[in-house]
Amino acid sequence: MMKKTRGSGLGGFAASVLPSLIAIIVGLLFGFIILLISNPAQAVQGLKVILLGGFNDGLFGVGQTLYYATPLILTGLSVGFAFKTGLFNIGASGQLITGAFAAIWTAVNCDWLPGPLHWIVPILAAILVGGLWGAVPGLFKSLLGVNEVIACIMMNYIGMYGVNYLIKISNIYDKLKNQTVSVPSSAALPNGGLEHLFYKMRGNFVRFSSINIGFYIAVIAAVVIYVLLTKTTFGYELKACGYNRDASRFAGINEKRSVLMSMVIAGMLSGAAGAVMYLAKSDGLHIDVIEVLATQGFNGIPVALLGLSNPIGIVFSGIFIAHLNQGGYYLQKLNYMPEIIDIIIGAIIYFAAFSLIVRNVIAALARRREAKAVQGKGNER
Amino acid sequence: MSTIYFLFQQMLLFSIPLLIVALGGMFSERSGVVNIALEGIMVMGAFCSIFFINRMQDIMSGNLLLILAILVAAASGMVFSLLHAYAAINMRADQTISGTALNMIAPAVAIYMARTLQANGVQQINFNNTFRIREVPLLSRIPVLGDLLFKNTYITTYLGLAILAVAAFMLYKTRFGLRLRACGEHPQAADSVGVNVYKIRYAGVMISGALAGLGGLVFVVPTSTNFNATVAGYGFLALAVLIFGQWKPLRILFAAFFFGLMKTIAASYSGLPLLKDMPIPSDIYKMVPYIATLIVLAFTSRKSQAPRASGVPYDKGSR
Repeated sequence: MMKKTRGSGLGGFAASVLPSLIAIIVGLLFGFIILLISNPAQAVQGLKVILLGGFNDGLFGVGQTLYYATPLILTGLSVGFAFKTGLFNIGASGQLITGAFAAIWTAVNCDWLPGPLHWIVPILAAILVGGLWGAVPGLFKSLLGVNEVIACIMMNYIGMYGVNYLIKISNIYDKLKNQTVSVPSSAALPNGGLEHLFYKMRGNFVRFSSINIGFYIAVIAAVVIYVLLTKTTFGYELKACGYNRDASRFAGINEKRSVLMSMVIAGMLSGAAGAVMYLAKSDGLHIDVIEVLATQGFNGIPVALLGLSNPIGIVFSGIFIAHLNQGGYYLQKLNYMPEIIDIIIGAIIYFAAFSLIVRNVIAALARRREAKAVQGKGNER
Repeated sequence: MSTIYFLFQQMLLFSIPLLIVALGGMFSERSGVVNIALEGIMVMGAFCSIFFINRMQDIMSGNLLLILAILVAAASGMVFSLLHAYAAINMRADQTISGTALNMIAPAVAIYMARTLQANGVQQINFNNTFRIREVPLLSRIPVLGDLLFKNTYITTYLGLAILAVAAFMLYKTRFGLRLRACGEHPQAADSVGVNVYKIRYAGVMISGALAGLGGLVFVVPTSTNFNATVAGYGFLALAVLIFGQWKPLRILFAAFFFGLMKTIAASYSGLPLLKDMPIPSDIYKMVPYIATLIVLAFTSRKSQAPRASGVPYDKGSR
């Protein structure tokens, strides 16, 4: 999907990151204009709140940022990994919700699992089911030539209705609230020591942030995907299929298997996102039985795009978007609407699309400076 | 017989918006620009036109108001799509990225504007549906056809079918259509014989914007009495219909009707004599349209006929 930037070392790094930074600055300026239009008196204060994001509430707020970043990073990895292998995984929504169902069902029904296994096994179940859900478009694409975008869209709806049905006939249905029951507290993801860092004092009471080990899982997943893509033959084959399927086939790569495996891995990542979202304490999230696609799956797309589909970039872009969203939450105290943040993120993504032109301009400027330097040396002689 | 008439009328309500928006997507993609922003453009078109209806419904009603709203929807969709055209054509952007950006911006702007512009500060925009035509005089008396097409209907149904006819004619029988297809298949070749690829692509994207904006209005009006900044994923479904229809007008019609029929059966099975008594829960029925589409695609997708240059920015300087 994304063209790899040429050049190496620090110059190459700057060339790839600079366009994103410019997009972010332009997007924020755009947001500032909207703040000015809505309420000029508080616009500067508002921009400060947005920029501070989670820091508005000290380390507690930062913890919340990282907590909300966790599923964003995982779905972003799912979409970005598929991009790297030449596929558009728009089915993260279905993979996420089926994975979440598997996680909750396992957590409730396998409460005999000892100790940490009680949350590890549900995560594995979610990864398995998410992977299966991703395998369907993968199989359709590799064996039958069905466009993966359309298959993914269909699987999103099938997943949503299927999960609604399964919740209603299983023992994890809370009929009164029309949602899933809370998972047993031993199945909720532990805080993993992070609570000692991210908390705030309210009088004499400590309020811990919601951050949990899901964040570690997301970061580890990013590292694993990075190593897979850049250091292994398998990852090289997947990427090669993304660049040119025919050439890969002639080079002896089993391109059908590669397409399937890409979708399975992408599905596994989204399934994991479902698990870390819903394996929460009783005051956390529950799956609502409604006929709306899980939006979190679609939120992975901008995260992947802003992170240039690079696994490490996605960790940062996920945190950054969560940071802005957290800022939007505090922005409401100034009577601004949180939708302003969505507009800002949209504007950032839009300007990020201009990266090719920006990169060319930067390259042209650099070349001119080089030429001048050479000329200058010539004059000295 | 009356069941069939009912099913057909219901099917049209699902199919016509899909048809219009998918045809819009067709114009964009056949000119060489992938448009996954259909969803966002639908939201924008629906927002502007429903807000227009909301403001104007005290001084006018009925189909005059609807026709004006249709113009508003098409115009706003077209203007909004210019953002995508500029990024995709002038800035040679990755078209998935700018499309995603539009999909993010549209609902946020719709909510923001609705809450800012409405005195009560809520994001839903209400409207009175005064647009249904009980029966078309004379035409409704034609046996069978009258019951199928000219009772309990909206002018948008005829508009949708008219757009299909015009689209098919434009694409295959006019100079513009030939140039459009050439730009989507091999822009360098088109350029070499003097076709302005940028202009043609702008036209393609703007037509898709107008039709998608219109599709947003057509989707909301018959099925609801308020607009809540969403078109329930219909833009993405239209994208699916476009691919299902192999980027060809008549096949798109078939795909939209097929999907609409499946959706109608899923939504109204309890009123159907045969299906009513079967012990199948409603959630399973609702999965049917999507499963059926996958199955049909499995048999028909072997040879994809996507426009070859679709999604590839045109660079005059490249070989």
